[in-house]
Amino acid sequence: MPVMTYLDALRQGIWEEMERDPSVFLLGEDIGVYGGAFKVTAGMLEKFGPERVIDTPISESAIVGAAVGAALMGLRPVAEMQFMDFISCGFNQVVNMAAKIHYRWGPKVPIVIRGPSGAGVHGGPFHSQSNEMWFVHTPGLKVVAPATAYDAKGLIKAAIRDDNPVIFFEHKFLYRRLKEEVPEEDYVVPLGQAAVRREGTDIAVITYGAMVWTALEAAEQLEKEGLSLEVVDLRTLLPYDEQTVLESVRKCSKVILLHEDTRTGGMAGELAALIAEKAFEDLDGPIVRVTAPDTPVPYSPPLEEYFLPSAQKVAAAARALAEY
Amino acid sequence: MPTKVIMPQMGESVAEGTVTKWLKKVGARVERDEPLFEISTDKVDAEIPSPASGVLAKILVRENETVAVNTVVAWIDGEAEAEAVGAEGAPATAVEAPPPALPAPALAAQPSAPPPAVHAPAPSHPVMPAPPLAPPAPTVTGKVRSSPLVRRIAREHNVDLARVRGTGLGGRISKKDILAYLAHPAAAVPAAAPPPQPGARMVFSAPTEVVPMTPMRRQIAEHMMASKHTSAHVSTVFEVEMTRIVEIIARRGEEFERRHGLKLTYTPFFVRAAIEAIKEFPILNSSVEGTNIVYKRDVNIGIAVALETGLIVPVVKRAGEKNFPGIARTVRDLADRARTKHLSVDDVQGGTFTITNPGVFGGLFGTPIINQPQVAILGVGAIEKRPVVRHDAIAIRPMVYLVLTFDHRIIDGAVADQFMSRIKAVLENWEEAVL
Repeated sequence: MPVMTYLDALRQGIWEEMERDPSVFLLGEDIGVYGGAFKVTAGMLEKFGPERVIDTPISESAIVGAAVGAALMGLRPVAEMQFMDFISCGFNQVVNMAAKIHYRWGPKVPIVIRGPSGAGVHGGPFHSQSNEMWFVHTPGLKVVAPATAYDAKGLIKAAIRDDNPVIFFEHKFLYRRLKEEVPEEDYVVPLGQAAVRREGTDIAVITYGAMVWTALEAAEQLEKEGLSLEVVDLRTLLPYDEQTVLESVRKCSKVILLHEDTRTGGMAGELAALIAEKAFEDLDGPIVRVTAPDTPVPYSPPLEEYFLPSAQKVAAAARALAEY
Repeated sequence: MPTKVIMPQMGESVAEGTVTKWLKKVGARVERDEPLFEISTDKVDAEIPSPASGVLAKILVRENETVAVNTVVAWIDGEAEAEAVGAEGAPATAVEAPPPALPAPALAAQPSAPPPAVHAPAPSHPVMPAPPLAPPAPTVTGKVRSSPLVRRIAREHNVDLARVRGTGLGGRISKKDILAYLAHPAAAVPAAAPPPQPGARMVFSAPTEVVPMTPMRRQIAEHMMASKHTSAHVSTVFEVEMTRIVEIIARRGEEFERRHGLKLTYTPFFVRAAIEAIKEFPILNSSVEGTNIVYKRDVNIGIAVALETGLIVPVVKRAGEKNFPGIARTVRDLADRARTKHLSVDDVQGGTFTITNPGVFGGLFGTPIINQPQVAILGVGAIEKRPVVRHDAIAIRPMVYLVLTFDHRIIDGAVADQFMSRIKAVLENWEEAVL
């Protein structure tokens, strides 16, 4: 099995879908000639031609709007946001068009809007956001956030094959840092299924995206101290895998909800509510959140480091919770 | 030097005790061995003497609070400190927490965790300076800190959380703690009462008052239900004429009292009669172990004694070897000590047959429950004059109903009735010298 980066796996997934299904096409800013700001689409123009790899003007609203229109006409567009931060410019097309058409009028809207999100690369407040929750709060969308190279490929393929809009949050910190063995054959990772990345007994850490690796690092540290962490990777945020979350909570009785997104209104709050509603009597301690604070992502590297949850912060929270 | 007063261990299997009454107030002088407080445990109620002379400096465990054995319940200041306490006076009284206005049951109704203050002076401070008198740490009763999960587990296993030691933050009971407790429920701590039958819980719309059972009450409840689940209870009733016994008491009572210093009562007659009958039918003095019948060589007769707070059954040990006055004296001694809470654990163990006396309050007869692991219990009704037929004429005779409840697993009706007719014969034709 070849070892590839998260980014290569993602490209391979899109590539395979392009080969498999002629109705799949790409559109976005500088994705053709330049190969994309992060080179996710490098080589696509040469392989699939300008009709299926379309460089667009700098207008997210136009990109999403065109994608919605193409989807209604039977195509399966994959639209790239150069940074997921900029999806806000296409927000109306996403939440009022793409998300509601199937509900309101019946036709399917098989579009994927994908792009890099997340911090850790000193990108500053406009290029580092984890803005997934804007869409998790929008019924009619699916929201996906892969943490591994294997999932990046498997989930993008599942997203492209899905008949309605999927917002696909890649993590730019993982693009080239994460290298894994990824099968070359065709496979999909079904949407809506979480993965237990590490089995444990004392505290369940529920997370997603790059924080999966932070949680695993903390679990590694704490194992030496005799504290056993279970790490659950949500993979899909909407609809999220209630069952796996609740199973882990019931097993461990204590839970830490971890994300890189800011605190208020984050995924952790949603999961905390779920757990309080459905597993209250399984809890042996308070539900603990480890998240970024409620601020924009700082540009200054030391401040950004302070802003982001780290393995040390997770370990400290876990130790305190274990003692409770 | 201050002396700890601890909750004593009343017998091997007793893990905790309830302070039922403080006989001294904080600040009061107490002599060594002078009764200091009363306790109630699973096995006995007792008066606990002071371990030292001095001044009762601090009470750590309030009335109606239940704590583990060896818990420090109070401090007594020795002679030297006594004056210091006297000088400060006021704060000491403040230590005695229970507000008199609060009815005791209301306090006891809250699950009471031993306050941290009670644990603190444990073994790590063998020589503790005078206990801090000035700022009286309020003894915190009430909340047992746990978690939703722990409360659920406790509910499912019917665990009283007050019995579980918490090792979490601030003594919180964690999942680990309650699982450990369930794995090894202190051999000592008796299993809580059997879980309530679903649907058996009644909902009262009228105002109610919730009063927790005393340890003794809990124990009785458990024993009674366990017995009903264990034995095949059958009762047989005999009517016995007491003319002969009444005559003996009338004729010999005074002499007996002069010689032995105690009143001649009916009870020793019934005990003697039961022993005679047991000698002929030893299966009444046995117990069931699996598929075996275990015959007891000693005849140890338990005598049920009603107390204000419950019931206790002290045992006349090796009653078969005692003569009549010996039995009379032992019965009297046990009854006295039961009522004054001076029974030892040994006094209430080892019974092989029990006599209970529902007649004391006028009952004609009752159908008692067997005191496990025994197999029979004799109930003595009220002795009263009744019209009976003698030689085809109606006569007035002192009569009594005797009831034998026996375990039909091993005793058949025929044996039980022969046993009873033997008792009847002994009583109606009493021959033994009582003096």
